[in-house]
Amino acid sequence: MFAYYLDLALRSLKRNKVLTALMVLAIAVGIGASMTTLTVLHVLSGDPLPGKSGELYYPQIDPQDARGMMPGTLPPEQVTLIDGMNLLRAKRADRQALMEGGAVPIQPDSSAFDPFYVEARYTTADFFAMFDAPFRYGHGWSGADDEAHARDVVITRQLDDKLFNGADSTGRALRIGGSTFRIVGVLDDWRPNPHFYDLGTGSYDYYEQVFMPLQTALELHFDRNGSVDCWGNGTGGQEGSAYPSPTCAWLQFWVELDSPAKAAAYKQFLIHYSEEQKTLGRFVRAPNVQLRDLMQWLDYNDVVPSDVRLQAWLAFGFLLVCLVNTVGLMLAKFMRRSGELSVRRALGASRRALFAQLLTESGVIGIAGGAGGLLLALLGLWLVRRRPSDYAALAHLDPEMLAVTFALALGASLLAGILPAWRACNVSPALQLKSQ
Amino acid sequence: MTLHPILAALKKHKAGVILITLQIALTLAIVCNAVFIISQRVDRIHRPTGLDEANLFQVNQLWVNAPTGNDQASIDKLDAMQRADVEILRQLPDVESAVAINSLPLSGNNWSGGIRLKPDQKTSTAHASFYFGGWQMVHVLGLQLIAGRDFTATDQRHRGFREKTVPPVVIVSKALADALFPNGDAVGKSIYMNNDVPPSTIIGVVARMQTPTIASWAKDFAFNTILIPARMDANFSGYAVRAKPGRLEAAMREAPRALFAANPMRVIETSGDYEDRTVHSFAEIRAYAYRADRGMAILMGVICVILLCVTGAGIVGLTSFWVGQRRKQIGIRRALGATQRDILRYFQTENLLIAGAGVVLGAILAVGLNLWLMKQFAMDRMSLAYVLVGILVLLLLGQGAVFAPARRASKVSPVEATRSV
Repeated sequence: MFAYYLDLALRSLKRNKVLTALMVLAIAVGIGASMTTLTVLHVLSGDPLPGKSGELYYPQIDPQDARGMMPGTLPPEQVTLIDGMNLLRAKRADRQALMEGGAVPIQPDSSAFDPFYVEARYTTADFFAMFDAPFRYGHGWSGADDEAHARDVVITRQLDDKLFNGADSTGRALRIGGSTFRIVGVLDDWRPNPHFYDLGTGSYDYYEQVFMPLQTALELHFDRNGSVDCWGNGTGGQEGSAYPSPTCAWLQFWVELDSPAKAAAYKQFLIHYSEEQKTLGRFVRAPNVQLRDLMQWLDYNDVVPSDVRLQAWLAFGFLLVCLVNTVGLMLAKFMRRSGELSVRRALGASRRALFAQLLTESGVIGIAGGAGGLLLALLGLWLVRRRPSDYAALAHLDPEMLAVTFALALGASLLAGILPAWRACNVSPALQLKSQ
Repeated sequence: MTLHPILAALKKHKAGVILITLQIALTLAIVCNAVFIISQRVDRIHRPTGLDEANLFQVNQLWVNAPTGNDQASIDKLDAMQRADVEILRQLPDVESAVAINSLPLSGNNWSGGIRLKPDQKTSTAHASFYFGGWQMVHVLGLQLIAGRDFTATDQRHRGFREKTVPPVVIVSKALADALFPNGDAVGKSIYMNNDVPPSTIIGVVARMQTPTIASWAKDFAFNTILIPARMDANFSGYAVRAKPGRLEAAMREAPRALFAANPMRVIETSGDYEDRTVHSFAEIRAYAYRADRGMAILMGVICVILLCVTGAGIVGLTSFWVGQRRKQIGIRRALGATQRDILRYFQTENLLIAGAGVVLGAILAVGLNLWLMKQFAMDRMSLAYVLVGILVLLLLGQGAVFAPARRASKVSPVEATRSV
């Protein structure tokens, strides 16, 4: 039966090529535009660590002074070095890491390269296991290496390719900023998007190539990057030191907690810590803590650019207009065939059969529109990639979005077919036949 | 011609009429708001920075193995390196003037803070961005001094990147002067920058100077700026260079070459996107800063055009169908004496009625959509002129789209009346 309807549909579509082309085009343009922006939105608001993000939390505490204190103010978005080290050493979470971004000069031994700067991350031992960073060779460093200010470094596959032609470089020496480091591990391709663990250095398309123990980097006075939030007499740089004063929050602290109960307990710990620090006189304000998980943290930071959200809404409006347009055209097409449909009804076809036949026809238009929409979406994404914004390079269609494209096209065209089909099969056959 | 027969005929096609009305309404609502967004972005892209932008370019560079900048001796060393660079740039044949400056408007490299009028003030009076550089900044950037005096060589200071020193004198932008001293008597007054004590004295006011960032969080102080006659000494430095008229490209080629010749231990990239460590003309900095706005404006424009085409095509399709369906009736009217012109008029009037209903509904939707966008995306209120122009455009589009099918209808011969089917 379906094959027969399909045959009828194709015949009918062939009969009025201009109208058919208009309908297919309308669906295709609507689908193409909405898929382009939806894909960008999907890529940007995606989960950087699927399966793991629910266990990662970003603790915030409030060590600020009384100046400018108002009820309901949020704690700083980063931690001070003292609090970071205290929380790190307390080891109250399953895993924890304190970190900061920076840039370091690499001085290769071979004369083939001039010294060059790369983005670096100064962090602590748990970083790699906590964020599921895959190792190609070797491994990270240990907590003991952290405390010992070990000259250990983990590099990315990209840097390994550049310096050692992709060979296993673990155990080899690397000159960084005038000091000799030992390569302990080489990361495989790992580019979480957005760059969730430090949004201050750029949310998208920002990748470090070198990872080293935080305390080693601090000891060597390596350059740091990112925002600093100071209060009291704090300044972004102290005299005689490369780093902000004690009354500045400038590091990121992450913890891994594998159950909601542990998360609740950790929040209690943060409150106790704040109270304890207040008793000691370091904190002035009443405990003001936050413990957001990864996705809540991204949401709180409005990581998806508002332009992208606006474009997605616009594309949906666009799809709506195209859909209304298609409904109108289908209505015109189906009603025009009242005569033919009346003959079928008179010959014994049920309303249900006619309805199925007409929906098959709109389904065919939907599939053709979906295919056209896919081409337009690929073209749209290609145009987006050519735009020089930092997230543009990420705009690719994945299989999931591909399936969504077709589902949306088919759904939209069937939806557009329901009203016209229902109207068309309610035509009274006797009246229609008589009037001819 | 009376409207009665047209309305009577439309009643027979309720679903089609409602759909096309809805489509025109949605199109009007979306197009009005899209054009409004475009015009806002275009205004934003073209707003002046206050600089004389032609012939201006920026050199950003980084020294490799530079002194640390953590003690006075190494700060002095860095300052000497910076002064040497400026001198080299000034000597170039195609260069008119050059000055060290840590950042430029639109460059993205922003340092800002709160400004207080009293040292013990709890919240700051205004927020402003700081520019640190040589005392010739006003001249090299082409800023317009409207009150007080310019810096002189004796005002010049230099400071380590992380040092906390207070400049005795500063020049502020008019926007900041007005925010701090609404009576217009800013010159000679003292201000406290960040948590710095003692205060700095305002010696001059420039007409306009934009901050380095155009990010939305900084839009409340977009033109609040302070010029500080102190070179910033760090392992990186930036220079604003004014080329002789028409010699911009030559000067941009010469500059990195001359700097490398004097000291090769540095990083200056001469191509690629605008970033630290690059040489770029101000036009390139502007284009890079507003790239997202330009992209948004183009996208909105494309969507408007396609949307209008889709709606036009929809009208053509639906009217063609109606014409096909009414051939017999048209034939009868023709046989009864209606001229071709009458038939044409009939379809044109019919379309005007439908489009008229569509634009009335669309105007309401457009204002509603604008209100929603104001709430969701902090957009401004759209002027009604956009809606009025949009109404006119859609009515014209409707008439344009209906013309071909209506003409075909007018060509229907009276003989059709005698044929069945």
